[in-house]
Amino acid sequence: MSEPDPTQPVVELREAVAVLGGFPVLAGADIRVERGEILLLQGPNGAGKTSLLRVCAGLLPLERGTGSVFGLDLASDRQSIRPRVGLLGHHNGLYRDLTVAQNVQFWGSTVGATDAEIDAAMTRLGVRDRLADVPVAKLSAGQKRRSALACLVARRAELWLLDEPHAGLDAAARDELDATLREATSVGATVMVASHELERAGALADRIVEVVGGQVRT
Amino acid sequence: MSRWQIARLVAAKDLRIERRSRVVTNQVLPFAGVTMVMFAFALDASNVLERVAPGLVWLATLFSLLLLVQRSFAVETDDGALDALRVAGVDPVAIYWGKSLALAVELAALEAVLLAAAVFLYGADVPLGGVVLLVATLLAATSGLACVGTLYGGLTAGFSGRETLLPLLVLPVVAPVLIGATRAVESALGTDGVALSEGWPWLGLLSVFAVSFGVVGALAFGPLIDEAA
Repeated sequence: MSEPDPTQPVVELREAVAVLGGFPVLAGADIRVERGEILLLQGPNGAGKTSLLRVCAGLLPLERGTGSVFGLDLASDRQSIRPRVGLLGHHNGLYRDLTVAQNVQFWGSTVGATDAEIDAAMTRLGVRDRLADVPVAKLSAGQKRRSALACLVARRAELWLLDEPHAGLDAAARDELDATLREATSVGATVMVASHELERAGALADRIVEVVGGQVRT
Repeated sequence: MSRWQIARLVAAKDLRIERRSRVVTNQVLPFAGVTMVMFAFALDASNVLERVAPGLVWLATLFSLLLLVQRSFAVETDDGALDALRVAGVDPVAIYWGKSLALAVELAALEAVLLAAAVFLYGADVPLGGVVLLVATLLAATSGLACVGTLYGGLTAGFSGRETLLPLLVLPVVAPVLIGATRAVESALGTDGVALSEGWPWLGLLSVFAVSFGVVGALAFGPLIDEAA
């Protein structure tokens, strides 16, 4: 198993080609993401934004080209990459019959997080006091998003891959989410956000790239 | 975290979900109970019922297994938790063992109730000498069913139409468990004068089945859930 290289960019893809169901979803994508950055992937539906995130999470293999995350090769070191990556797509990855605290506890425990770390994750995302004992099934969309982010923090994810994170949230919940992401990058996390809402997500991002036809335009 | 610790974590999570949702106690158990009663209606003559009671218990168990497996993976796929487990790099062998363990616990509780129902409804008798064989059979058959159920539950988790696909895949594979467990329980109960000693080879078959699927399932589960996603 290779060791991560701290001098490398967090994500680097070169001429990346990925295929899903026989169709090319990435067609020679090049991208480089530095540590602590919030990068917005902007583009129309079906442009390849979600596929790009799934490649970075090690869920979708590259057919051609090269790719690395934390300096680790996406082809050969996927198992080393995955624990350091958190992907939040259209789903939150929560267990609806468990409470928020039980969910955060479960995800934190998968990496051996201590009770103090789990507590701190819940405090940081503002779900510790009022929501800890509430079953996920009873939460609003925004509260579920915050709980899911608390799970990412508890399991020490360093690269956050967020697919349309503002979808379904009201204005207050969107502001809270943006503040959370900025705070996450201030303590070392790197965030890649896929969104077609340029106006909203653009204000949050440090850098914006356009994804069109499976290629990345800077 | 060791593989065994993660497996226990996954099993505890599944059992906690069941304790909160009560799907097994409020839905699967009544379903199994109704199935047993329907068998009793269909095979009304008491001497027939007593003779076929072991087979009916295992048939009701198999039908219930399908519901339990679907429930076990529905909680993983409802909100993308299975995907999240894969992204988090959680050891698939540990996920497999953990989910199998939780399923085995739920199945064992169900079988205990079904056996009690068989004694009550069908007039089946449990001689003292057969108790060891009966318990060993329950353990081996339950382990085998849990391992097969988890393996195929993981395989079908990402497919549309998984509700109909799962029975088609699982039922033929668990036929040896149905046959072996029925024969072993017949021996343990002395049904139709079957000797106790005739049950042990069937227990051997069930044990080999459970170990085989425990190993094969652990090796195959990771690639299967990767492919299914």
